[in-house]
Amino acid sequence: MPKARTKKAGLQLRLYIAGSAPNSVRAVANARAICAEYFPSAHEMEIVDLLDYPLRALADEIIVTPTLLKLLPLPVQRVVGDLSDKKQLLLAMGGK
Amino acid sequence: MRTKVVQAAVMKMLTGIQGFDEISNGGIPRGRSTLLVGGPGCGKTVFALQTLVNGAIQRSEAGIFVAFEESVTQIFANAASFRWNLPDLIRKKLFFLDAHLSPSVVRAGEFDLIGLLELLRVKSNELNAKCIVFDGIDVLLDLLDDPVAVRQEIYRLREWLLQTKLTGIITQKVNHDSASGPYSFLQFMVDAVIVLKHQVVDGSAFRNLRIVKYRGSDFMGDEFPITLTSGGLELTNRGPDELKYTVSEARISSGLPRLDHMLGGGYHRGSNVLISGAPGTAKSTLSGLFAAAACARGERTLYVSFDEGAEQIVRNLRSVNIHLAPHVKSGLLKMYSTRTRGPNVVDQFGALRTRVLSHRPQCLVIDPLSALSTKQAHLASADAAQQFLDFLKREQVTVVNTSLMDGLSTDEATATGISTIADTWIHVSYVVQDGERNRALTIVKSRGTGHSNQVRELTLSSQGVTLTDVFIAQGKVLMGVARWEWEQEEEAATKRVNVSAELKRLQLQLLQAEAAARLQVVQTEMEARTAEMALLADATGAATKLVKTDRAVLRRMRHADEDAAVAERTGTRGLAAKIADDGGF
Repeated sequence: MPKARTKKAGLQLRLYIAGSAPNSVRAVANARAICAEYFPSAHEMEIVDLLDYPLRALADEIIVTPTLLKLLPLPVQRVVGDLSDKKQLLLAMGGK
Repeated sequence: MRTKVVQAAVMKMLTGIQGFDEISNGGIPRGRSTLLVGGPGCGKTVFALQTLVNGAIQRSEAGIFVAFEESVTQIFANAASFRWNLPDLIRKKLFFLDAHLSPSVVRAGEFDLIGLLELLRVKSNELNAKCIVFDGIDVLLDLLDDPVAVRQEIYRLREWLLQTKLTGIITQKVNHDSASGPYSFLQFMVDAVIVLKHQVVDGSAFRNLRIVKYRGSDFMGDEFPITLTSGGLELTNRGPDELKYTVSEARISSGLPRLDHMLGGGYHRGSNVLISGAPGTAKSTLSGLFAAAACARGERTLYVSFDEGAEQIVRNLRSVNIHLAPHVKSGLLKMYSTRTRGPNVVDQFGALRTRVLSHRPQCLVIDPLSALSTKQAHLASADAAQQFLDFLKREQVTVVNTSLMDGLSTDEATATGISTIADTWIHVSYVVQDGERNRALTIVKSRGTGHSNQVRELTLSSQGVTLTDVFIAQGKVLMGVARWEWEQEEEAATKRVNVSAELKRLQLQLLQAEAAARLQVVQTEMEARTAEMALLADATGAATKLVKTDRAVLRRMRHADEDAAVAERTGTRGLAAKIADDGGF
């Protein structure tokens, strides 16, 4: 049952990074690890390099990098930083 | 290899903030960064935003505003109180980035400004921006939570500014001593540091600004008072400023023809006039006259009063036949009555300046100006009156100020120095004499005018205001009833002189008439004699003829042949012949 719900509503993430800046590289790794650990099947993550798509970042009101947007399930939540703080990250994702 | 040393002067960018460009010798460093530090509410955001707005309006330079502390909506709301027309500028020249991290944002590890700076680079290229403001950088730095990271990001920001060649304005909030705050090293990193202060002295709020550092440029390092007007922030006391304004030869009426005459034609247009005197010496009335005359010429006028309400002024002036109500109605005359508020006159002069700029009067009355120059005034505001009068000069506004004082040398006059900077100084005093109190008007000075140095008596009645000559008798100046009596006496004396002159004239006329009559008699006699003579001549002629005729008749009767000889001799032959032909006697 929980599996079906997550599948439908899903966990939709968008991670904005700035090229190969250390914080950004770490954030990608951390995000992937957490998703693999806590949401193995029910997640969808888009990684956007702000250096390539600045206007998208502007539209999403990104201020610092890296920034993770949890788009679904609602409400939208923003997490800034290299995502090394697992506890904060999980709270933001609405996980346990 | 020879190295050419070029003394590169620091390029500057005008802020358009009144006074700041002067004390900084041309504005903030162009292509470099300037840090504004100060406590809450001292005008950092206004300074930064105003610089951006002025650049957009005056030089059509695009700019970016990054707001870390307040949301962009809040900034717009705050800026709406200034006449900047921000919404219009945003469409064309300005870009606002809301970099205000909402409290709901979760912080999970380290982050950096690479993304933000990249976005700004893109936006700046797109707009061809020249200037960028980072407002409330401390809020962002607080989030970094690590001194090393803070330092790193600040250097990143600095590098970015150098690369983009944008003129950066960074504002930073500090609560106490700006030199030892948490991000004090920011001050070492930037090219110019401006400290804004907000302090309370004797219950009055003062804002001031000081340039602490300016690489490669000289500047005035004093604290300068600032004031917030509808145009934005302004430095009210700008230190030594060249006195430069166009002067006018034109004269405008004081509203009192006699006074105009004394002044050689009236006040100079664009000059400042001081009317001083004790309470009740008709200073306000003279101001009212000036205002009414200005409106009658169709000139916009502003009447500022610090001790009476507008309606009361209008009513009082009506009692001396000065009518301001129609001009108030037509909008030509603006009345502004207020009270002075404590010793911070800098802001109050700022408010007056705003009124002047919005109504754009050609003539201004401040009644009394001395209300804004109390002795308790803060040192920083000592020159505010002078600054304001200089401002009016530049704007070519003719101003009549009144000043409450009892004598010519009170502390009040010297405290403000108004009397020294006034172009024309009229003093009205009371003269007590014979149990009366009368008003005496003198012109103490009037620059550029050969003015009358005589004392005149000022009288008020329902007919209006008049200036009268005073009389000097037995070494005393006579006014009021004494003058009236003197006038009556003078009048009687004149009358006496007139009567005797008339008498004399009549006598002479009589003599003349007699002479004429005598002349007539003589003439008539003359005519009579002439006539007599003529008659006599006639009579004599006739008698001679008769004698001759008789003789001729006799002769004919005796010898007719002698006739020819007789005729030859006497030449009367024709007559004799005729007589003879007629048949003779």
